[in-house]
Amino acid sequence: MRSFGFIDLLSFVHALQWTVVLVLVALAFGGPLALLLATTRTSRFAPLRWLAAGLIQLIQGVPLLGLLFFFYFGMPVFLGIEVPALVAVGMAYTLYTAGFLGDIWRGGIEAVKPAQWEAGACLGLTTWQQFRHIIGPQALRMSLPPTVGFLVQLIKGTSLASIVGFVELARAGQVVSAATFQPLLAYGIVAAIYFALCLPLTLWSRTLEARLNGAR
Amino acid sequence: MALVEIRDVRKSFGQVEVLKGVSLDVKEGEIVTIIGRSGSGKSTLLRCINALETIDSGSITVEGQAVSAGMANLRQFRQRVGIVFQAFNLFPHLTVEKNITLAPLLTKKIGKAQARPLALDVLGRVGLADKIDAWPERLSGGQQQRVAIARCLAMAPHLMLFDEVTSALDPELVGEVLKVMEDMARQGMTMVLVTHEMGFARNVANKIVFMHQGKVWEEGPPAELFANPRTPELRSFINSVK
Repeated sequence: MRSFGFIDLLSFVHALQWTVVLVLVALAFGGPLALLLATTRTSRFAPLRWLAAGLIQLIQGVPLLGLLFFFYFGMPVFLGIEVPALVAVGMAYTLYTAGFLGDIWRGGIEAVKPAQWEAGACLGLTTWQQFRHIIGPQALRMSLPPTVGFLVQLIKGTSLASIVGFVELARAGQVVSAATFQPLLAYGIVAAIYFALCLPLTLWSRTLEARLNGAR
Repeated sequence: MALVEIRDVRKSFGQVEVLKGVSLDVKEGEIVTIIGRSGSGKSTLLRCINALETIDSGSITVEGQAVSAGMANLRQFRQRVGIVFQAFNLFPHLTVEKNITLAPLLTKKIGKAQARPLALDVLGRVGLADKIDAWPERLSGGQQQRVAIARCLAMAPHLMLFDEVTSALDPELVGEVLKVMEDMARQGMTMVLVTHEMGFARNVANKIVFMHQGKVWEEGPPAELFANPRTPELRSFINSVK
């Protein structure tokens, strides 16, 4: 046993990088996928709509832990594919992000009055132009607070990756706690770091919301 | 040849047949006003003219081109046929200028430098040049509707459709919108309106079309139609809106 020291703080900072990497991976791949799900979920073509709805249901219905287990332990067993931990865990968070953000953005798109599409169509705009310039911006504004809310969920949710042994912030907390026998201190600091990460986001979303509201 | 030729158009929503064989001509420069009770099919007919609704049978041609939702150049067609709605349908996240210039910038490929002068020009025609930088929600209903008209004008349409454009307005704001439409009529714009403004129909329109139960019941010049309605339905309608 050793006492809690500077080296432990360093290990937190190091592990924090991986938390951030996980979040960025989830957003970079899950974001576009979410947009795809949101647009197909609101498409005029019914089979596409059903497909997207089914996927969203599936992702939201499976616990995040289940997704992690599937990609980390299941892929090698069922599909015979061995991938690095970051890839497996990253895939789980990508799907998780796509499922939830996709649904949030679908809600935003549907909250824009159908007459707005019609007004765009009557000016001779293509469906994409209507989405890009008329529907999308209004949907984004309405989706912004829940999107940032989800981001906070995602950041905290990356702590689950510790269960499959991926060394991110929460896992570092476990390691330090086991080495120092000071779980309260170790986990207290970990919690504070998560809080410090999420608070600015929440504040940012509020200012953004206020600014967007002011601009209309 | 008439600018708009509507021949025996039928349209149903589910089991309800809303248009039961409508035929109508609109000549270039003509102001045609469609009147009638709610549910007579006026708005549906108007929406069929720019393919917002798909007709079940019959035909509609505009400038010699057959109109349908599946027509090859629907978007180019809609750039030539402007429509103004009862609910304005301005884009709330864009300023007045951007509302007007969005479509010309995207579809007509005008340069950024031409956009603001274009907005100022069409806003001038509806008397709102000073509101170019305003947000739609800061405008009164009448002003919003005039911006919606300006947005259509910016596309330089050959035909304008007006779907009960004053019905959502407070009574004191109706006049300013009607005045803009009168100016447009005087400048020779071909216009088809669905309206409850009988004064406008009487004084500005060249032709009144009275629709009843999904059909053109009577049509003719306003003076004639209002003075000598031939059918009891039109007579009772005129009496009810007086």
